[in-house]
Amino acid sequence: MIRKLLLVAAIAALSLNASLGHSQVTLTGAGSTFAYPLYSSWASEYHKLRPNVQINYQSIGSGGGIRQLTAGTVDFGGTDGPMNDTQLAEAKSHLGTDILHFPTALGADVPTYNIPGVSEDLNFTQDALAGIYLGKITKWNDPEIQKANPNVKLSSNDIVVIHRSDGSGTTYIWVDYLAKVSPEWKSKVGVGTSVAWPVGLGGKGNEGVAGLVKQTSNAIGYVELIYAIQNHLPYGKVRNSSGAFIKADLESVTAAAAGAAKSIPADFRVSITDAPGKTAYPISSFTWMLVPRDMHDKTKGAALKAFLIWGLTDGQNMTAALSYARVPQSVVAKEMQTIKQLQY
Amino acid sequence: MGTSTTATQGIDPGGQIPSFKYTWVERLKKGDEVTHLITLAAAFSIILITALLVWQLWSGSKLPRHAFGWHFFTTSSWDPISRDFGALTFIYGTVLTSAIGLVIAVPLGLGAAIFLAELAPRKISDTLTFLIELLAAVPSVIYGLIGIFVLIPILSNFVVPVLKKALGFLPIFSGPFYGVSYFSAGVILSLMIVPFIVSISREVLLAVPNSQREAMLALGATKWDVTWRAVLPYARRGIAGSIFLALARALGETMAVTMVIGNVAQIKVSLLAPGYTIAAVIANEFTEATGDLYLQSLIELGLVLFLVTMIINALARVLMLTMGSHEVSE
Amino acid sequence: MRRRYPPLTKRITNVVMLSLTGVCAFMTVSVLFFILGYLVYYGGKSLSLSFFTQLPAPVGQTGGGMANAIVGTVKLLALATVIGIPIGGLGGVYLAEFGTGWFSFLVRYTTDLLNGVPSIVMGIFVYGLVVLPMHHFSTLAGGIALGIMMIPIAVRSTEEFLRAVPRSLRESGMALGASKSETIRNVVIPAAINGIVTGIMLDLARVAGETAPLLFTSFGNEFWSKGWLQPTASLPVVIFNYAISPYEDWHRQAWAAGFVLLAGILMVNIFARFALSRREHMVRR
Repeated sequence: MIRKLLLVAAIAALSLNASLGHSQVTLTGAGSTFAYPLYSSWASEYHKLRPNVQINYQSIGSGGGIRQLTAGTVDFGGTDGPMNDTQLAEAKSHLGTDILHFPTALGADVPTYNIPGVSEDLNFTQDALAGIYLGKITKWNDPEIQKANPNVKLSSNDIVVIHRSDGSGTTYIWVDYLAKVSPEWKSKVGVGTSVAWPVGLGGKGNEGVAGLVKQTSNAIGYVELIYAIQNHLPYGKVRNSSGAFIKADLESVTAAAAGAAKSIPADFRVSITDAPGKTAYPISSFTWMLVPRDMHDKTKGAALKAFLIWGLTDGQNMTAALSYARVPQSVVAKEMQTIKQLQY
Repeated sequence: MGTSTTATQGIDPGGQIPSFKYTWVERLKKGDEVTHLITLAAAFSIILITALLVWQLWSGSKLPRHAFGWHFFTTSSWDPISRDFGALTFIYGTVLTSAIGLVIAVPLGLGAAIFLAELAPRKISDTLTFLIELLAAVPSVIYGLIGIFVLIPILSNFVVPVLKKALGFLPIFSGPFYGVSYFSAGVILSLMIVPFIVSISREVLLAVPNSQREAMLALGATKWDVTWRAVLPYARRGIAGSIFLALARALGETMAVTMVIGNVAQIKVSLLAPGYTIAAVIANEFTEATGDLYLQSLIELGLVLFLVTMIINALARVLMLTMGSHEVSE
Repeated sequence: MRRRYPPLTKRITNVVMLSLTGVCAFMTVSVLFFILGYLVYYGGKSLSLSFFTQLPAPVGQTGGGMANAIVGTVKLLALATVIGIPIGGLGGVYLAEFGTGWFSFLVRYTTDLLNGVPSIVMGIFVYGLVVLPMHHFSTLAGGIALGIMMIPIAVRSTEEFLRAVPRSLRESGMALGASKSETIRNVVIPAAINGIVTGIMLDLARVAGETAPLLFTSFGNEFWSKGWLQPTASLPVVIFNYAISPYEDWHRQAWAAGFVLLAGILMVNIFARFALSRREHMVRR
């Protein structure tokens, strides 16, 4: 009796398994946690429009996206730290084809904090941020921080520094900025998706950093803007190259990209941290989708191309709600040209 | 039906199943050889899989072995940018958290085992042991869940403040406590390994022959005396074996540890500081190690973990097998 | 006459130490109830029909469920059983019925070795063995990782239960003219089958909660995973990801998932061990 039941259950399960995804295309992508809220909404929305296409994006950090795409285990990657030439060469030798970068949105790294009693927006100078992450500024009421915030009573508590424990494009943006504004950071630590942090605790993904900041008093961390907003964490203003303290939002991030949009290189790999402009937010960045030029698979290639085009057109309408800024129109136009190079 | 050379009945006394001696054709027809072959193939594939695993770990860690050699074990830097990798930090963290785990779990587990083996009436002992063994079935990720949302708040709000007040002058309890730390990882590990110590030690204690106990009781000793002076020393090796087995488990624990240790590659004396273990760093950084040297350094860490666990498991087996084969002096 | 021996200090030590051991036992058992209590309370609160039937919602939005993770775990375990039990079971038969000498020793030694492999190292192994050559993460890779982990326990428990079958049973089979393999197939195994099946159930319960080997093999999936060659969501991995995230809604779902996972594992364990202990009482006549 039990045997019969088990047999029936097994057959039912097998047929269910086989029938799911009849003529379905599943694209697997991985990488940036910075862009995860956006790609996750895109995937969900796109699936409603095209029910036979599943975009399965796993947020494992930009470093992971680059590594898995290079190893050929995922179909596309997401990164906020563009691949460098060595990485591109390695990918080309493994996959037999180039990897193309396509900016899909603009976002910002914000300094978020959890200081008991402080709910205002704090102002951070370049030296303050560099000093905190170098471990040289250890208390909240350090003069470098206090002088930029004359109206806020800061305590003498120790600052708990939080950074990423995984290979991250969000980290790349952050340290790229710090290297530009602090020669000491540049020589001592350097720039990359994973660095040897002088101080601090590690959280996994933007999610992990936001979580740690949330549960640790006197903590400071850097996260993509939407993570601070979704988790109701306060985030500070950062002083830009023109000397103004700017808070990250759609306008200030768009302003940061304005200059770069005109002179963006053909492969779209550009850093817009510490961008010129009075209203520019200094820790902004593009986020890129990494796509192999030749996908070697007709169905997947066509599906990915269609998804990318949708993301750069209709998908852009979803960016504002998630606090990402749209990719400037001139850049989108150039991307559409490059998309024509995709083969499958 | 050609049984030309007749079946000679051979029955071995005291051996395995007696096998009649047929010709090989007949044996094939009977299916003995086939069965033998199939089961042999299965057994062989186990050896094959294990060999493959060791080979993968060895060949997958070629680059760092050649680049760093033994230096890998004495360097504490872990820098993906300057491509300098060393295992020291993670070995330290793994050993420290396991040590904390043992320090808590061994007295607790041994105490419980003594109670269950020597004191409790059989039925209660059996029921309690059953329940404790269920603890061993709880998955690591669930311990991690409890660790993040229950243990760390309890430690932050109740345990660590008291600890700091009483023993804060000691370097091992110095510095701020952020919840995630070696200490939290050690405590969660102790919860995970206690069932092993209890279960195995209890069996070991039950296996001690009653003659040992009776001899002392005849001399008028109290029950505790008997336990402490006669039973435990006899069971010494078996108990040590259970501790080694628990240690081997603790060394390899990944999920619960990575969720509460802080994931910071640094060596700190204070138990209240965050740290990293071998298993945790592999779990966090494997899918994103950019560059072959980085990835292979992680694989080398896996190799190290595997070798250490293997040695400790082997020691545990030896200890358990040789239990009771030495004289109890007294 | 008053008892003068053993002396008072010894009697006091006796009582104190023995009570301490009782306290230890009590504390250890209470950890179990503690864990169960939290899971039942927080997990139970967050359970709902949508948990079992819906797919996850996009990040940052509340709602959604873990239907794909539940199905994923079931598929992974099914695959693990198909891979681990035949190899482990037949290996156990070999050791119990055919093996002798140095080869058996080698098999036992490597089985022990395999058993001691940390689960994260198993993940590294299967990543290199299956994921890289296939160029995808897949349910198959995850199933293989879990299946290999099931082998050592399957070997040990099959061997143990086969050896426990009394010689008299085997000899009566032989006396009726059965060959060795016929005896094994028709007499020994059926006699041991209850024990073997419960051993399999315990084995399954153990790998059901494994997370580390799945991190780089079955990876994860926001949607339904079709067939065996796609990455798939699984309960333990989703619990991990949700627990370390900052979203309250995800925390609640992690508790609910933890409750479902643990309830399943404990139920199998309780049932299997209970069945085993009753068998022991029956056999010991």
